[in-house]
Amino acid sequence: MIHQMENKSAEAPVIVVDRLRVVRGGREVLHDLSLEIPRGSIVGLLGPSGAGKSTLIRAIVGAQITQGGTVTVAGHAAGSAPVRALVGYVTQAPSIYPDLTVRENVAYFASLVDAPPETVTHTIHAVGLADQTDQLAGTLSGGQLTRASLAAALVGRPEVLILDEPTVGLDPAIRNELWALLRRFAHAGTTILVSSHVMDEAVRCDRLVFIRDGKILADGTLAHILASTGTDDAEAAFLALATRRAS
Amino acid sequence: MNPRLTATTARRILQQLRRDHRTVALLIVVPMLLLTLLWWMFGDTPDPATGQPLFDPLGARLMGLFPMILMFIITSVSTLRERTSGTMERLMASPLRRSDVVLGYASAFGLVAIVQGTLLVVFTVYALDLEIAGATSALVLVIVLDALLGTALGLAASSLARTEFQAVQMMPAVLLPQLLIPGLFMPREEMPRALELISNALPMSYSIDAINDLVAGDTAGIWPEVAILAAFIAGALALGVVTLRRRTA
Repeated sequence: MIHQMENKSAEAPVIVVDRLRVVRGGREVLHDLSLEIPRGSIVGLLGPSGAGKSTLIRAIVGAQITQGGTVTVAGHAAGSAPVRALVGYVTQAPSIYPDLTVRENVAYFASLVDAPPETVTHTIHAVGLADQTDQLAGTLSGGQLTRASLAAALVGRPEVLILDEPTVGLDPAIRNELWALLRRFAHAGTTILVSSHVMDEAVRCDRLVFIRDGKILADGTLAHILASTGTDDAEAAFLALATRRAS
Repeated sequence: MNPRLTATTARRILQQLRRDHRTVALLIVVPMLLLTLLWWMFGDTPDPATGQPLFDPLGARLMGLFPMILMFIITSVSTLRERTSGTMERLMASPLRRSDVVLGYASAFGLVAIVQGTLLVVFTVYALDLEIAGATSALVLVIVLDALLGTALGLAASSLARTEFQAVQMMPAVLLPQLLIPGLFMPREEMPRALELISNALPMSYSIDAINDLVAGDTAGIWPEVAILAAFIAGALALGVVTLRRRTA
């Protein structure tokens, strides 16, 4: 009996979005959107620009004013105090302080979640910025800046990591490293929600959520989505689902 | 608020400021240069009533204005920069409370305000020979409160501004009335009744009243005004906390 309950709690989704409605600039961008994100996996939120990915992510971290529905993370309302200690958030534009060094930036974000000081160096090394530790963030290259911004979120060892288009503009080698890094954290039990408009990145994720015009087109593993659409890559599957929805 | 998070945020803001040598130099030197200009004009002109240099009462009354304006601008611009760069959204998604952000800024810039105000009074009294009948330490207190007021008003005003342009215009909107009607150009009791009532609601009026007490040699008389200034600072900080939004459209 106890075993069963443990099993059940392990399977309970960590993020639950229920009939979420968001209006931005007088236009409804999310329409009664419902979604569950299981614990300990990499979930890719894929869709074109303007599909509502960032809005959904901002609602999950509690930064978005919503017009209806609920969002909970680990059973608490999104953005509430208990959740904010569990969630690491990497905004779409790398958002760290350009006039602080990489170490000062990461150390500041570490102190916000009361992370032990030794994790600062460790995290900077994990994202491959050991040589840039004492460099001002404003002088980093685009790819380095993205990784520094990621380090600022990873340093608290969050249970849930939410990344808004972290791979935009990165060269393929660095993108590869970034996915390997995310995979390591997922192995360690972190739930990762990562958005992208690049369909090729579907193969990197355990599960996919296709989103278009503020609605979920598909939600499941890549294999499942390919089988149900009779296609052989994510891009074709997305197209098939989008035209099916339109007709 | 959480004292540890407030302190770590204040430390981070000072770290950023430390890198910006030019801003620090401008904050300290500009008020001194402006008072030197005033001294140049009025240092040798005797006040018809007392025979003392006109610079003494004029410099003392105007002195608090410069730190207040500078601290207002630097505070409102740096918090707005935090919002437009996305770091504020990140802070709002972290365990930081809104009061930690506002009080972190207030403590960091408050420290700058204390250094700035103290150096300005020391410079004016010893290098420009400003003489007032009241205690110099009391003058330091009033000028530092003016600088703190600028910081607190800057924090409150920046949450009303959506863009940098709006933030910069908050300065004439919020501060210039405080230059015009708190009794610098005309004693408040001689102004039209409506203006006098408005000036009662402006914190700078109480700074000028306190300086007038000091010019007249009544050091003990400043305490009611000091208390009112402190209340305005606390009120502006509370407004800054309330208007800071965790969720945006």
